[in-house]
Amino acid sequence: MANGSGGAAILAAGVGAFVLGVLAVAADKSLAVKSALVFYRPTGQLSGVTTTAILIWLITWGVLEWRWRHKTVALRRINLTALVLLGLSLLLTFPPVADLL
Amino acid sequence: MEITTRGLWTLIHGMGFGGLYLLACSGALVELFLRFSAGEDGAISSKQVGFLKGYLIAMTVLAWLAVLTGAYVIYPWYRAVPAPGSPDLAAFPQRLLLSNLTTSGWHSIGMEWKEHVAWLAPISITMVTAVFSRYGREIRNHPQIRRAVICFTVVSFLAAGIAGFFGAMIDKHAPVEGGGAIHLVRGD
Repeated sequence: MANGSGGAAILAAGVGAFVLGVLAVAADKSLAVKSALVFYRPTGQLSGVTTTAILIWLITWGVLEWRWRHKTVALRRINLTALVLLGLSLLLTFPPVADLL
Repeated sequence: MEITTRGLWTLIHGMGFGGLYLLACSGALVELFLRFSAGEDGAISSKQVGFLKGYLIAMTVLAWLAVLTGAYVIYPWYRAVPAPGSPDLAAFPQRLLLSNLTTSGWHSIGMEWKEHVAWLAPISITMVTAVFSRYGREIRNHPQIRRAVICFTVVSFLAAGIAGFFGAMIDKHAPVEGGGAIHLVRGD
């Protein structure tokens, strides 16, 4: 069985997590981004940050799955990229780190 | 003995969905690490693969229910703004925490981190479930995929643990309460 499907899911999850971290910081730093991300007023910008990140994650996953599903891909590099993105996301969501940016 | 509607939702979100998810993480990690490692010789039956698949699907549902109830049911109550000059902040947990220097960090660090980091749990475990559903016992022949799946499960556990810890501590200092009262047991 080709490893492309696995690689697509792994990399997309890393991308989705990273986008979440970036949007969380952007909404914290910019009033314009913050108000643009208020999709549901009672929840504030959290609604837009998470909905946008989830959409980007799912679209990335769909595209990568479509391109890689029958292929054998370089998983070591994909894993490393996905885990770095996941680690960055953990850091970016941590307020003291975000405050340094 | 009674509980408020908001208190009940907090319980369902934290101890129900979140707590069960945290408990389930250790089981998934043991299964993925021990039974599905490349060095294991024992045969894996379809029943065992089916069980783990069902287990991971249940975890995925729990993780999504935890973040969705947190963000769309409880968070609006937490961040509600009182009328200007309102002296009683008991029904406004975020404002109550921020009103005192000894508790403000529970919001500015705790809640600010929790509300975002928690979402890494469902994203990660959804990926793990999808990959396991696709590869099943074949995952033994793909050590790189197996390693990534285990790493994402660990991060998912960590993210849920951070969210759970801060959720419990914040609720201790400024509980989300209100709504109608539900009588559980009549006291003596």
